[in-house]
Amino acid sequence: MDWKKIATPLLSIIAFLAFWEFIVWANNWPNYVMASPSDLPAAYEKYWKLFLIDSWQTLWRTVAGLALAVVFGTSLGMVMGFSRTARDALYPLLVGFNAIPKATLVPVLALLFIGQHDFNTVLMAFLISFFPIAVSVGIGLSTLEPEYRDILGALGASKLTIFRKIALPKTLPEFFGALKVSVTLAFIGTNLVEIISPHGKGLGSLFQSGATNGDYPLMFAVLIALAFLGIVLYYAVVALEKVFAGWAERPAS
Amino acid sequence: MDTLIDIRGVTHAYQTKHGPLPVLDDLNLSVPEGEFCAVVGPSGCGKSTLTRLVAGLMKPDQGEVFLHGEKITGPRKTVGMAFQNPVLLEWRSILENVILPLEIVAPGMARADKIARAEHLLDMVGLKGFETKRPSELSGGMRQRASLCRSIVHKPEVLIMDEPFGALDNFTREDLWQTMRDLRAAEPFTAVLITHDLRESVFLGDQVVVLSGRPARTQYVLDVDLPSDRTIDILYEPTAVNMLHDLRDQIRIAQGRDGGAH
Repeated sequence: MDWKKIATPLLSIIAFLAFWEFIVWANNWPNYVMASPSDLPAAYEKYWKLFLIDSWQTLWRTVAGLALAVVFGTSLGMVMGFSRTARDALYPLLVGFNAIPKATLVPVLALLFIGQHDFNTVLMAFLISFFPIAVSVGIGLSTLEPEYRDILGALGASKLTIFRKIALPKTLPEFFGALKVSVTLAFIGTNLVEIISPHGKGLGSLFQSGATNGDYPLMFAVLIALAFLGIVLYYAVVALEKVFAGWAERPAS
Repeated sequence: MDTLIDIRGVTHAYQTKHGPLPVLDDLNLSVPEGEFCAVVGPSGCGKSTLTRLVAGLMKPDQGEVFLHGEKITGPRKTVGMAFQNPVLLEWRSILENVILPLEIVAPGMARADKIARAEHLLDMVGLKGFETKRPSELSGGMRQRASLCRSIVHKPEVLIMDEPFGALDNFTREDLWQTMRDLRAAEPFTAVLITHDLRESVFLGDQVVVLSGRPARTQYVLDVDLPSDRTIDILYEPTAVNMLHDLRDQIRIAQGRDGGAH
């Protein structure tokens, strides 16, 4: 393993934390205005059990929402990729839906599915993150050059075979590109519900309790924990991409 | 020899925003079994439509296309296709790319046999040692060689090529002509080659068909009476040069028709 590959991002994170510490110190902000990185270890130590429980809550609900987004987004993308009519019919609806601030949907979902907190949260993570996947799969399939279809089509291969052997693998790089965007979006979805309608679960609710108690170090510790989870999930996607679409990466010249 | 491909009175038009665009007009063409038919004509005259008709990928508005006296109604496993773009699958190795048609045509074939067949072809076109490489690691000419292997790996009766050498530089193109000639000597197939290159049509073809401007009809057929083991040098000899002049005149007429009455 190339040590530079790990050292470079690590150093940039350390530089960022040092800068943050410096700004707080230079402005002489007390920690009820702005917490500094050096305040965080104490917060983690004090609430470590809550952090573990709530991180897990946030993580599984995000991943569940993301999984739904992959299944639904890919199916929708397939429909839009293969049918012009479907594309014309669905695009305005999708774009319109995506333009709605999802925070406004939290009370709607909360009323629709009263008490179904896990379901609500997963649903929101899904709703906010399927769009990029649907669009990129749709574009990937609709821009497939006709020759790619013809090399198998001329042999009498079925549409399904052409999809499985050519269209699907060819769309994978676009799919993973979209999935990387969707990962971070899904976290935002989960936390919207956890913060706006807190029900005692997830990092969002821990943030909310920090806000209620004016515990700034706790709030910032939650934000950093969220960032950390986001990075972990992002690199999980990168690892999957390497396995399934590593061929798309050109060697550096 | 028996006629393998028989195109009779084929007329076809595409529907566009500005009304129907006729591309083929009462086109007739027949290719005897084992022969190499090169088709030349002005650009946009409907040559690619012709390849799709023979491949069974589309049906003509009027007229019929026969293969072995049997009317073509759809795609068939006995056809191979190659295009200007080699369309290799980037996620497969060169060997796996060549094997692809066998997965459709002969799903029951043992994998070892598929590999042996693909390796044999790759060896013949000079790609031995590149089996495990990705397409992106190969030059344009090598990619086109691999693409040719893929188009004949399942031993098709008919090989349909739509300007396969069009994007290559001159010397690479001439190399590939010779590869094509050698492949034909080793593997019997009937070929239809769409090209813009008159020298290519004379070097590779047993007959050269000149299509008129759009809508295309058969304007002229030239029998290329040259030995089958021709070399590039033959193109500079009087017989071939006369043929090239002849074809050049026909292209001029074809272009004139395009700009004139239509």
